[in-house]
Amino acid sequence: MTTAPTRQARVSLLHRYANPAAFGRLSARILPWSTAIAVLLLGAGLYFALFDSPPDYQQGNTVRIMYLHVPAAIMSELVYGAMAAAAAAGFIWKHALADLFVKAAAPLGAAFTLICLVTGSLWGRPMWGAWWVWDARLTSELVLFFLYLGYIALVDAFDDPERGLKAGAILVLVGVVDLPIIKFSVDWWNTLHQPSSLMSLSGPKIHGSMLLPLFLMIGGFVAFFLTVVLLRLESELLARRIRAWRSAAGDAS
Amino acid sequence: MTDPVRGFVGTDLACRRSERMVFARLDFHVPHGGALLLTGPNGSGKSSLLRLMAGLIKPFAGRLEWDGAPVRDDPAAHRERIAYLGHQEALKPVLTAVENVRAWVGLVGRADRAEAALAAMGLGALIDLPARFLSAGQRRRVALARVVASGASLWLLDEPTVGLDTASIAALEQALAVHRAAGGIVIAATHMAIDLPGARPLDLAQFAVTGFAEQFEAA
Amino acid sequence: MNPVLQIFWQNLRLQLKQSSDLVAPIAFFGIATMLAPLGIGPEPNLLSRLAPGMIWIAALLSTQLALDRLFQRDYEDGSLDLLALAPVPLELAMLAKTAAHWVATGVPVLIAAPLLGLMLGLDGGSYGALELSLLLGTPILSLIGAFGAAVTLGARRGGALLAVLVLPLYVPVLIFATSAVGAAGEGLSPWPHLLLLGSMLAAVVALAPFAAAAALRNALE
Repeated sequence: MTTAPTRQARVSLLHRYANPAAFGRLSARILPWSTAIAVLLLGAGLYFALFDSPPDYQQGNTVRIMYLHVPAAIMSELVYGAMAAAAAAGFIWKHALADLFVKAAAPLGAAFTLICLVTGSLWGRPMWGAWWVWDARLTSELVLFFLYLGYIALVDAFDDPERGLKAGAILVLVGVVDLPIIKFSVDWWNTLHQPSSLMSLSGPKIHGSMLLPLFLMIGGFVAFFLTVVLLRLESELLARRIRAWRSAAGDAS
Repeated sequence: MTDPVRGFVGTDLACRRSERMVFARLDFHVPHGGALLLTGPNGSGKSSLLRLMAGLIKPFAGRLEWDGAPVRDDPAAHRERIAYLGHQEALKPVLTAVENVRAWVGLVGRADRAEAALAAMGLGALIDLPARFLSAGQRRRVALARVVASGASLWLLDEPTVGLDTASIAALEQALAVHRAAGGIVIAATHMAIDLPGARPLDLAQFAVTGFAEQFEAA
Repeated sequence: MNPVLQIFWQNLRLQLKQSSDLVAPIAFFGIATMLAPLGIGPEPNLLSRLAPGMIWIAALLSTQLALDRLFQRDYEDGSLDLLALAPVPLELAMLAKTAAHWVATGVPVLIAAPLLGLMLGLDGGSYGALELSLLLGTPILSLIGAFGAAVTLGARRGGALLAVLVLPLYVPVLIFATSAVGAAGEGLSPWPHLLLLGSMLAAVVALAPFAAAAALRNALE
């Protein structure tokens, strides 16, 4: 066999962490830290958010929903960006984990988007008396929610899991290009139809004392995301291993 | 003795479909004017190998070379030198036999060869018949006529003889002989014995990947 | 003839020969628009305000209905393999196929839309903007839809899945197009909106073929 040694080495590096045992060791080192950080940050953030920060002079205590709503909104977009980066990395470097990361992250991103939508609705109700308002941010988040759902539906719709992952990766890349256009168009639509800025959910100016709990919550959400995505990646790799076992058993019989 | 670099060469090829390694460490070499006959049980990867050679599937490992130059360096040139016949014939029912052939060979500027190729496959009388009226064997022959008319150097044929009677098989063998005499290469997977003098056999069962560890770690 | 043009004409001829395929989407366009007064009430003022949106929503839904079949037949009969092996870059072949599809399905929409506008009482000054928005917008729908059709090839529950993937991506087209028609109805210039639509068309023409070709290659693997 005349394969050059550098090619051989490169292949095994690419696939080292595609081996669940190797990935398991990596995540076993990271998980305790990320879990602890998540618990600490979320705990501290919630304490400050619910107890130790001032109520808004206009909205009273309902402004505290912001401490869930804003971090969830930020995460919903951050996760989609991370998915797109991973999908691009999967195309460029062909690493086995890249497409699996996209699949692992998607339901989490969808959950963050849903939290953002629900908290947005709950926040809007006392302010404007309506359960839903078609403002720019909520409407964009709604479209983003459907982009997530579309990805999840597509990846699961193939009998061949690898083909599903690749199709999903292409979809995410198309989505991330369209997302700024969607947001711009929703803003455009919003300014055309609702010139009054009272409807904007980013309404109250963020006071200095609100920044600390906000950053704590954002940090906690990020750590939470990392923890859960690592767990989901592990289970995806194990599921793949089980499928390989099953087909090898099928061959042997 | 042929120069080992000329012709169509595959080295250390591995193919992965649906999370399984279908074959690995597969080597082949076909010189110009030569033929390769793929054999093996169902599921051993004959169709996958043909699609891999055509460039429709990316190999998991290994490389293909044509006259010493890696195929992946110039995929457009590789597409121009192949004619591929898969399980399906790619015929549009509303188009006639000759229109179906012209649709594809016209892209390389050889639409005028369509009628002669159809005649060579014994379909001279049926060239203006819409494809939906053709029998299975006739459809196969139309697809073969497309390959013949294409002027490609490398013919990749997946079960070319399905539905063909003895006269048609003879016509096919004649077309293959003419192609090889002009220096063309034929790679075919077939269950039926066809006359391919001097064809090298390639048994895919030899390159199968069994066992759990191999499935996952083969590289 | 240039092979890309050959592919365009062949596909157009095929679409027109299989003309029964073309009737359903345009009929759907009409029926979907007709549901508006049935569901909302026939009051003329209300309908004429809703007309641009209703017509455009119906156009969105009927376009993506027609797209379901764009690649499915070719995938099943092996023509897609040959297209991927043709001496033409797959991206250009995609563009040619989609263009042929648009001529066969988008042009009937352009013709039918003013009639539907009449039925819904669309404001007199809006027809020009409506046609222009459809002229610029329906190719975008076809191109994004072609990507959707390519990426769902070989997937289960293809039809509904295609809609779920593609309709969110259509949102900007819907917004720019209907705001153009709405602006014209109020006596304002539709051009800012139409220019946005036009630049989106330019971007999609450049990018969608690459995404669709990548998705097709994945389906053929």
